[in-house]
Amino acid sequence: MSLATQDSAIRTGRVTRTLIYLVLLLFALFYMLPLYVMVVNSVKPLDEITGGGMMNLPQVFTLEPWAKAWSSAQIGVDPTGLKPYFWNSIKMVVPAVIVSTVLGALNGYVLTKWRFRGDTILFGLMLFACFIPFQIVLIPMARMLGLMGMAGTTWGLVLVHVVYGIGFTTLYFRNYYAVFPTELIRAAQIDGAGFFQIFWRILLPSSGPIAVVSIIWQFTNIWNDFLFGASFAGADSQPMTVALNNLVQSSTGVKEYNVHFAGAILAALPTLLVYIVAGRYFVRGLMAGSVKG
Amino acid sequence: MGFLDIDNTTKSYGAVEVLHQVHISIEEGEFLVLVGPSGCGKSTLLNMIAGLEEISSGEIRIKDQVMNGVHPSKRNIAMVFQSYALYPNMTVGQNITFGLEMHGIPKPEREKAMKEVAELLQIEQLLDRKPGALSGGQRQRVAMGRALVRDPDVFLFDEPLSNLDAKLRVDMRTEIKKLHQKLGTTIVYVTHDQIEAMTLSTRIAVMYGGYVQQLGTPQEIYDSPANIFVATFMGSPAMNVMPAKVALKDGRPFAVVELHDGTPAELPFSQDNLAAWDGRGIMLGIRPETITDEDAADRKSSNIAPMTNRITVTEPAGSDTFVTMTLGGKDVIARMRSDADVRPGADFKFSVNMEKAVAFDPETEMRIAP
Ligand SMILES: Nc1ncnc2c1ncn2[C@@H]1O[C@H](COP(=O)(O)OP(=O)(O)O)[C@@H](O)[C@H]1O
Ligand SMILES: [Mg+2]
Repeated sequence: MSLATQDSAIRTGRVTRTLIYLVLLLFALFYMLPLYVMVVNSVKPLDEITGGGMMNLPQVFTLEPWAKAWSSAQIGVDPTGLKPYFWNSIKMVVPAVIVSTVLGALNGYVLTKWRFRGDTILFGLMLFACFIPFQIVLIPMARMLGLMGMAGTTWGLVLVHVVYGIGFTTLYFRNYYAVFPTELIRAAQIDGAGFFQIFWRILLPSSGPIAVVSIIWQFTNIWNDFLFGASFAGADSQPMTVALNNLVQSSTGVKEYNVHFAGAILAALPTLLVYIVAGRYFVRGLMAGSVKG
Repeated sequence: MGFLDIDNTTKSYGAVEVLHQVHISIEEGEFLVLVGPSGCGKSTLLNMIAGLEEISSGEIRIKDQVMNGVHPSKRNIAMVFQSYALYPNMTVGQNITFGLEMHGIPKPEREKAMKEVAELLQIEQLLDRKPGALSGGQRQRVAMGRALVRDPDVFLFDEPLSNLDAKLRVDMRTEIKKLHQKLGTTIVYVTHDQIEAMTLSTRIAVMYGGYVQQLGTPQEIYDSPANIFVATFMGSPAMNVMPAKVALKDGRPFAVVELHDGTPAELPFSQDNLAAWDGRGIMLGIRPETITDEDAADRKSSNIAPMTNRITVTEPAGSDTFVTMTLGGKDVIARMRSDADVRPGADFKFSVNMEKAVAFDPETEMRIAP
């Protein structure tokens, strides 16, 4: 791969390259623009925005909108700010990500190293889960949660996200483990390691890159999910996305755009953070899985 | 009852039988090599001994204990894999002691066993490294260390040298042989390399198409091959096999073979029962090293036959010169001394050691036993 890159780098001339960078820069600016607008307006007093200067830098710098969005803005009927919903989201996302990743890893392990009759069909069916549109499962899922007594709870949401995520995490881990040498498993069997010992001691320590992929993927999807949150959450288990919507939709008094902007950034911050911290590994892990698998 | 018995064992994947009625029995301390071309079922048989593959029918016994259905870790075997299969996340030391740990052996004993093995294999300075930081030869040693530390009844090797370069392969081969002589353990060793099979083994099972073609000592396999496959697979260059006719002269059987120009050469057999084949065709097998010049002919042989034939190609290879001629309509190779006076296109007087010649039934391809 490095050979190919080098090859094409030699062949593209200086003019072409300048042109390419220019175009890339334009695209980058275009994509950065919304973020700019959000950040700039979240640190302005409201009258600067309503005065019509959306694109201007703030004349008076204030963190007031952030504080308000976090702890005192009107969400629905209560002036709680986004804070409690942020914790709701965390309480939902962390277990859902961990459980779906661990289950995906176990599935991948079984589907590649403990093969059984019909395992490819089973895997095909699990892949199918990746393509089921959210809308189709809404009503049956609501009924199921009701029957299990989990309607309106954080654990209900965790269950929904785990079930929905398993297809993806299984796909990732199965493809990653498919190229993991089976001789290692056999060596461990002869050494006397059991099913879970092989998993914990041999397989998982070598699964770093794909675990990062799975965690980022699941984290972003679950954190950003609105539909399941809006459909299945109770008043005290609503995630951040639903609360943000309620903040923006609250119709009492004037629309506080600066607070809305600050709230939106707050809602997006964790996923941004995850990307910044682990983004490199994400790309690397995806490559490892796809190139070899 | 031997130490390791493979008793009428077969293996099927679905409806396909890939191993047919294998019957092998070896004594304690033997070095059994399973040799054959790729896909003949060597690894499958080895994995069945290890317990990694189920036995479809028949029985495998170690020390008279039936192993069918026994978990790999309970068979008291150890295995060295082709890829070495070292755990990438563990140090060399942890790799070696992992099996002991899984068997619940306390740490001080594990450390002691590891030290002994590391010393034996001269890998003490590598114990804290990860496998990724080792050369091929070092990984090979660690893989053997991991097997040795368990002190198993039977060692299983699956093509352990095939990932090494040529020079290292020869060195490690010698080392494995030394180790076997020193420790006296029972070994089953899989390879597709007939030279490895000949040099290492006390017993060879030549396999082809899911059948054991012949089980015997290296000498038996080489001198008395059971059939044409075994004859041509074992030995390098391969045994020359060509069509010939049997004729009787004064009651003694001769092989009549066509020389390069179609004229017949008569080579007397040492094997009297071939008289029964008078007038019929056979396949005649002659090893390259038994065709020499007159001076280099084996003095101990009681049956050296002269034969003048035209040389088509000569290939000097340092210590030997390989000479190709047409005999019985086939290209036949002779292995000559390097100073033999051979030139392509010239007629040359060869000496054929007919004591070593073998005859095969052209129908069944089986050797006509003396
Ligand atoms: N899991 C399997 N399913 C079906 N056929 C197999 C399987 N494993 C091996 N075989 C077949 O069994 C035969 C023997 O394989 P193997 O023992 O690996 O050969 P060798 O080690 O001698 O090269 C081959 O023809 C192979 O295709
Ligand atoms: Mg094999």
